[in-house]
Amino acid sequence: MRVPISWLRTLVPGLTACADEIAARLVRAGLEVEQVHRVGQDVRGVVVAEVLDVQDLTGFAKPIRFCHVSVGQRTHEVVCGATNFAAGDRVAFARPGAVLPGGVDIATRRTYGHTSDGMICSGAELGLTSDAAGILVLPASAPLGGDVVDLLAMRDEVLDIAVTPDRGYQLSVRGVAREAATAFGLALRDPGLEPAAAPSPDGFPVRVEDPELCSRYVARIVYGLDPLARSPLELQRRLTLSGMRSISLAVDVTNAVLLELGQPLHAFDLDALSGAIVVRTARTGERLRTLDGVDRELSEQDLLITDGSGPIALAGVMGGGPTEVTSATTALLIESAHFAPRSVARTARRHRLPSEASRRYERGVDPALAGAAAERAVQLLVELGGATAGPVSDVDGRRPRPALRLPVTAPGRLAGRDYPADVVRRRLQDVGCHVTGAEVLDVVPPPWRPDLAGAADLIEEVVRLEGYDTIPVVLPSAPAGRGLTTQQRLRRTASRSLAAAGLVEVVTPPFVGDEVLASLGGAMTCPRLVNPLSAEESLLRPTLLASLAAAVVRNVSRGITDVALYESGCVFIGSGQSAPSPGVDGPPTAEQRAALDAALPSQPRHVGVAFAGDRASWDAPLSVLVALGRELGLDLDVRAAAADPYHPGRAGELLLDGQRVGLAGELHPRVVAALGLPARTCAGEANLDVLVEAAARRGPPQAVPLSPFPPAAVDVALVVAREVPAAEVEAALRAGAGPLLEGLRLFDVYTGPQVGEGRRSLAYALRLRAPDRTLTDVEVLSTRDAAVAEAARRTGARLRA
Amino acid sequence: MSGPDPLDPATLEQAGTGALAAFAAARSLPELAVTRTEHLGDRSPVALARRAIAGLPGPQKAEAGKRVHALAQSSQAAYEARKVELERQRDERVLAEEAVDVTVLPERPDGARHPLTTISERVADVFVAMGWELAEGPEVEHEWFNFDALNFGGDHPAREMQDTLFVEPAGSGLVLRTHTSPVQVRSMLDRELPVHVVCPGRVYRADALDATHSPVFAQVEGLCVDEGITMAHLRGTLDHLATAVFGEGLRTRIRPNYFPFTEPSAELDLQCFACRGASAGSGAEPCRVCASEGWIEWGGCGMVHPAVLVACGIDPERYSGFAFGMGLERTLMFRHGIESIRDFYEGDSRFTLSLRSEA
Ligand SMILES: [Zn+2]
Repeated sequence: MRVPISWLRTLVPGLTACADEIAARLVRAGLEVEQVHRVGQDVRGVVVAEVLDVQDLTGFAKPIRFCHVSVGQRTHEVVCGATNFAAGDRVAFARPGAVLPGGVDIATRRTYGHTSDGMICSGAELGLTSDAAGILVLPASAPLGGDVVDLLAMRDEVLDIAVTPDRGYQLSVRGVAREAATAFGLALRDPGLEPAAAPSPDGFPVRVEDPELCSRYVARIVYGLDPLARSPLELQRRLTLSGMRSISLAVDVTNAVLLELGQPLHAFDLDALSGAIVVRTARTGERLRTLDGVDRELSEQDLLITDGSGPIALAGVMGGGPTEVTSATTALLIESAHFAPRSVARTARRHRLPSEASRRYERGVDPALAGAAAERAVQLLVELGGATAGPVSDVDGRRPRPALRLPVTAPGRLAGRDYPADVVRRRLQDVGCHVTGAEVLDVVPPPWRPDLAGAADLIEEVVRLEGYDTIPVVLPSAPAGRGLTTQQRLRRTASRSLAAAGLVEVVTPPFVGDEVLASLGGAMTCPRLVNPLSAEESLLRPTLLASLAAAVVRNVSRGITDVALYESGCVFIGSGQSAPSPGVDGPPTAEQRAALDAALPSQPRHVGVAFAGDRASWDAPLSVLVALGRELGLDLDVRAAAADPYHPGRAGELLLDGQRVGLAGELHPRVVAALGLPARTCAGEANLDVLVEAAARRGPPQAVPLSPFPPAAVDVALVVAREVPAAEVEAALRAGAGPLLEGLRLFDVYTGPQVGEGRRSLAYALRLRAPDRTLTDVEVLSTRDAAVAEAARRTGARLRA
Repeated sequence: MSGPDPLDPATLEQAGTGALAAFAAARSLPELAVTRTEHLGDRSPVALARRAIAGLPGPQKAEAGKRVHALAQSSQAAYEARKVELERQRDERVLAEEAVDVTVLPERPDGARHPLTTISERVADVFVAMGWELAEGPEVEHEWFNFDALNFGGDHPAREMQDTLFVEPAGSGLVLRTHTSPVQVRSMLDRELPVHVVCPGRVYRADALDATHSPVFAQVEGLCVDEGITMAHLRGTLDHLATAVFGEGLRTRIRPNYFPFTEPSAELDLQCFACRGASAGSGAEPCRVCASEGWIEWGGCGMVHPAVLVACGIDPERYSGFAFGMGLERTLMFRHGIESIRDFYEGDSRFTLSLRSEA
């Protein structure tokens, strides 16, 4: 909402503070003043001049005039492209050296074969009107050489206010003026209280079928409008500063009333109407060609204005073409109505037709205003357009608003400070409430405040007008807390372990495209967005690898050759279901709650890693994930696995107690190529929720007894068939060695002629120790032999010769 | 026995002088060892003299013994001193030879956690230290939690303030949560009163990624519901958070605003941590961080709307509560001078690495 300060001052006569001060007070009262625009402040050197002669130049693509103008003592020659003036007219003339709005400098220049010693200005060039085609012709009384800025009161400030959805009344100069008057303790001259002509039986026939959707419908007839009458400069200036275009007197007047009072008006061409106005919802199959030329199919929920011919307007949203006011219109029917916010909102949304009117109706228009607003418009048309006021009809289905009950201490109790009873009453009256009662107030909110629906809303008014800055600052005491949950702490541990392993954390958007997902292979189902930002990325990722791959590509493309990334984030698996929304009059029942939760897709938290470039090696993702498990107190087993999107011979699954919790390894060359990754990119992913839950279930780790006796070291080299995984040999050695085995390490892998074709040698260092004695050589050797025997039994291993 | 008398005083004197000179002349520990054998070994003049004492008559034994002992002692002392000196020289030489260029360090892979992770933890820790708990919830959420229970009426324009990403099936009521407030709803439904929870998390809006917008961003919200909770408590909590995150002495300011789920509602401003508000007003040094406003917009807050309490099964006559929320990217952009919100989500490892310090 753009509010010219000059307009504001007309409604708050005592308001003398500067624009910045006004803006600051309004901000304190809760209005979001986004900017104070200054207009006309930088304009210099534009003076009143008289056109002495006009010579039409020929030979150009468009009409060009060469004129002489006088500013009093001096005469200037000037070239001008407009044709709406004649010798003898007084015009706004920018002399060489003048500055126009926006810092446009005017200088003498050579154009169309002549010297142009200045410029004759249009209203648009002066920032006064939206008329850029014709120049601004001033009244004959304008003094030659006089400063146009002073003459037209061009210096102004405009408040740009962002209006929150609950405060529709601020979408009017009247509403903002009320706040300004309260903020400065001044009286408001409320144009909404001006008397209006009473309805009479000869008013235009109006019938409202659904008073729930249209609680008020005032229609005023205006005759004898001069179709050539133009809006005066002051009206055009106000509209322009408020961000609207001047169109015709009738439209300008309805817009001016809309801006000043917040009451949308619609003007119909009276002669185009047939029969009575009926306000009703649309019937199946009805259509309407709206002002924007679109032929619209109507919904049965659209509220319409109709006449004998059918629909003539979408109530509160947009009028129809056939009844539109044209340049030939001399008789009007002015509609000033109140439509239900919800109905207008739905219709505007359904037809994608947000308008100045619908914005206001959606947020609630003052139903008491209809008469005064129509009256104001009629008066302006009489005054400026030579029209005659006709009769009034008023279908008034308003119901009185019930009083809200507010304990006078309630604002203080919620704010945490005291407000004297008289302050509470006065502040409620400031916003327009009717207040009675003492200990408990009966408060009837004003009609322009539909948002005041409960005690909490009244409390806010008192607290905001007294100033949030007067509320004390007190730290509340919470009950003794239990700190983070085990799961929350373990998740932090997991993240730290990956960073400590030299990986860089990334956070990526979860949107992924079908193509990328297909190239990762595997049959993954995941939810799809109804309204994705990009049609190419309409899925919610079921795996972190898609996002990580994109991050790797981005890093590489930026010249980072050694990439090791990780992400901890949600993935989305399966698809959601529909579940009806329970009411909000109380908590959902257990069944409703269960249905809501069951409707959601599965959303586990995963951890993903990716390596590319110098550090990319098939084992890197496996070992960082195994290390992560160890940080959580879990021993993850690795088993070879051929699974998408991995290299079939260079990937493994991570097992926790035999259950797969993750996969990692080198990516399949086909995937690497499809995603544009560097060759040999490696990656891995594990379900962090499962790991964390398992770790939490395991509870605190138990201490191992620290034997004071010396360990015994013994090495074994075993020859096994090449396809036997080392993990199986290791498991067998552990099982065979029994409780004396303290540690085991694979220190050499050898393939070559000494061990034979298709075989390899695995050399392990075993560390043995007993809790209660020093081991004898015999014990050491028998333990070793038992380990080797078990390895031989399980894997066919034999001791290397 | 032939040759000179080993006990002859002149011989002994000469042997002593010879030993001292020889030890002093030894240039290395091996050389010294050779010299030691010569002057203190079994065949040295001292050893010979000791053995000769045995053959002396009793009265002369004592005097000769004294002389031989003095010689042995002085020679031994000279030897020891020289040994210490030569060992010191050797150690020095070895250490000098072992010197390295300490500036040549093997490269260690550089890891780091994302600043959004560390700021989430930091904010959570501030509240956990006050006895609050950390609450979480799903990112694909049902509208009932994201809107209905938060007093967004079905056709309320506020529902359109937040450009929502809807999840299929169309009309199912599933959305990507537009704020972390549904976690507050779940907390009120699932926890015993009083409730004190802090909820950090990722949220989503239908905004294309540019310098100031992102379809995904991180929020942290807090909720406190108990008997007798006031706006004064809200202000106290916000001031505490500001101090904990940005440093001592920074204040917050609240201005009236509108949110469907709070009443009264307020916009939350933070005193500019760069100029501490000093840039506001004419003539002061301009401040880039706050555009010389003295304050920066940080988030929103208010007293929990009674309708929200009712939808969560809490009696608004008995309980009241406050809630607040802020964007974590914005918080970090202020703290670290980050220019574009894009940087958080592009995955450029240089970004994460440059902000790894939790200082
Ligand atoms: Zn600043």
